[in-house]
Amino acid sequence: MITCKSVAVTLGDKAVLDGVDLRVERGEWLSIVGPNGAGKSTLLRFIAGLLSGKGTLHLGGRPAASLSLRERALLVALVPQSPTIPDGIRVADYVLLGRTPHIRALGMEGARDIAAVHDALEHLDLVPFSDREVATLSGGERQRVLIARALAQGAPIVLLDEPTTALDVGHQQQVLELVDHLRREHALTVVTTMHDLTLAGQYAERLVLLDAGRVVVDGPASEVLTEQNLARYYGAKVRIIHDGGHPVVLPFREERTRDRR
Amino acid sequence: MSGAVGTAAGPSLQTARLRPGWLVAGIAAVAAATVAGLVIGPATLSPMAVVRQLIGLHSGLDSQQIAIVEQIRLPRVVLALLVGATLSISGASYQGVFRNPLADPYLLGAAAGAGLGVTIVIVGAADGASTPAAAPAAAFIGALLAVALTYALGTSGGGRPSTATLILAGVAVASFLTALQTYVQQRNQDTIRQVYVWILGRLSTAGWHDVLLLLPYVIVTWTVLLAHRRVLDVLAVGDDEAMSLGVNARRSRLIVIVAASLGTAAAVSVSGLIGFVGIIVPHTVRLLVGGSHRVVLPLSILFGAAFLCMADLLARTLASPAEIPIGVVTAFFGAPFFIVVLRTSRRSVRLS
Repeated sequence: MITCKSVAVTLGDKAVLDGVDLRVERGEWLSIVGPNGAGKSTLLRFIAGLLSGKGTLHLGGRPAASLSLRERALLVALVPQSPTIPDGIRVADYVLLGRTPHIRALGMEGARDIAAVHDALEHLDLVPFSDREVATLSGGERQRVLIARALAQGAPIVLLDEPTTALDVGHQQQVLELVDHLRREHALTVVTTMHDLTLAGQYAERLVLLDAGRVVVDGPASEVLTEQNLARYYGAKVRIIHDGGHPVVLPFREERTRDRR
Repeated sequence: MSGAVGTAAGPSLQTARLRPGWLVAGIAAVAAATVAGLVIGPATLSPMAVVRQLIGLHSGLDSQQIAIVEQIRLPRVVLALLVGATLSISGASYQGVFRNPLADPYLLGAAAGAGLGVTIVIVGAADGASTPAAAPAAAFIGALLAVALTYALGTSGGGRPSTATLILAGVAVASFLTALQTYVQQRNQDTIRQVYVWILGRLSTAGWHDVLLLLPYVIVTWTVLLAHRRVLDVLAVGDDEAMSLGVNARRSRLIVIVAASLGTAAAVSVSGLIGFVGIIVPHTVRLLVGGSHRVVLPLSILFGAAFLCMADLLARTLASPAEIPIGVVTAFFGAPFFIVVLRTSRRSVRLS
C-alpha cells in the first residue's frame, strides 16, 4: 500500500531522512519508533505529501508524484499531532472538513458528505457532541474528533502522528483500541509514530526503528524492542518483560552508591 | 450544549450554513438603511411615499421630490451599499486568508497602495469632481503592488510567513506608501484639495457615475470571494492540513487575496479611505453567527452595506448643511466600538 525507496529529506541543511526504504502492506498497522530527532514525524509528513524529498514513494500502487493533491487526499488521511482548531468551530463542521477532497473545488457538500460525517460521528460515539465546540472538548474527546475527521475522509491509508501523546493512559488505550477497531472494520492501512514503546508494540503488527534518518531495525515488536536496541539507539536503560507475547518496556534506574556516614 | 442532533428519521446534522433567520435580518437591515437614506435629508420625505415611488406605485411626491429621491439620494445610497458590502467581504476574506482578525486592507498596505494609485491619477487628470475612470485600475495596481511588497517583506526572513511578520511588514509598507502619497499630493498644489477631500472619504452625489464605475469590480469580487467561502473554512486549519485535505492552499490564498484587493481598491477609488468597516462588520458578524466563512461572507455583504449606508446618513446630516467626511464618521464610531468588541471577545487576539 505504501512503498518508499531511498527516501531522503533535507530540512534546512540537515539531512533528516537519509535513504529510507519501507513497505507497508494493505490493512497492516505499522508504528514508527525512534529517539527524538530520528525523523519519525518527517517520514510521516513525507508520506502525507507535506514535504518533498528525493527517492520514490508509491501509494496504493501509484507513484505519488503523479497524484494531484486531491487524489492524494483521497488515498491518505493525516491525523496531525497538534492540529490547528479554527476558533469556535463545532464538531460536525470540523469532521466535515474531512470531506474536502470529495467536494468539487468551488462546490458545497452534498447529502453523501453529510451522511459520511454522520457515519464517522457514530463510529466514534460523537453524535451527542456534534454541536459542541471542538475547543471545549477534553483531550480524549478531541482525539476522537480528529480520528472522525480522518475516517470521514474515507482514505484507505491513515497516518497518525503521536496520537496518544497528550492523553492519560486510559485514554491512550481507548484511542488505540478505537483505531484498531476501525482498521479491521474498514480494512485501513495504519501508520503511526509513537513515543510509548510498550503501546506501540501492543497495537502495531510491525515496528520500524528509525535512528538518524535511517531504518535501523524493522520487524515485529519482539525483535525491535530489545534491551540491546533500546540501549544502543535510545541510550536507555530498560528491562523487557514479556506479557502474553508483547514486550513491555520497563525503564529502570541504577541504584547510585550513596555516601553514608 | 444545545442538545443531541440526529433524529430517528435518519442522519440530520447541523452544519454551518446561512440560516434563513439571519438572511432575513440582513436583508431587512439593508432595506431599512436604504429607506432611511432616501427619506432623511435637508428635505425629509414620507417613508411610505418613498417606498411607493421606488416600487413604481403612485407616491404623491411632486417632481422636485422625485428628483431628490431618484437622482440625488438613490445613487448615493446605492454607492454606500456597494462600498460598505465590498469593504466588509474583503475584510472578512483577508482575515480568513491570513487567519488573523486584525488583517484588513489597511494593515496589509492595500488601502495605502490604492490611495497612492488614485492620487497619481487625480493629480494627472485634474478635471472636475467626479472620480477619474482610470482610478479603480490604478487603485488595484497600487493595492496589489502593496500586498505583494508586504508579502515579500513578510517572507523575506526565509521559511513560511508568520502572520505577525506579515502584519508588521504591512504596517511598514502602508507607512511608506502613505508617505509617497503625501509627497505626490503636496507637490501638486492645484489638486491638493481634491485629493484631500477624496482621502478623507466621501461618497459623491454625482449621479450614477461612480456606481457604474464600481459595479463591474464589485461583481467580480463578490463572485470570486463567495465561491471560495467553503475553501476559506478549509484554509482555517492551516496550510499543511489544508494540503493534506487536498486543497492547494497557496493558490487559493492568492486568488482570494487578489479578489479582495480588487474589491478594496475599487471601493477606495470611488469613496476614499474609509476605515474600520472591514474589521468591525465581519467581527460583529462572527460574534453573532460563528466563524464559518460560508455564513460570515454573505452576512458581511448585507450588514456591511447597511452599516455604511447609515454611516453616510450620519455624515451628511449631523453637521448639515455641511458634510462630515464619511471616513471620519466610521472612525469616530468604529474605533471605540472596535475596542469594545476586542474587550468582549472571548478569545484574545493572537498575532501568530
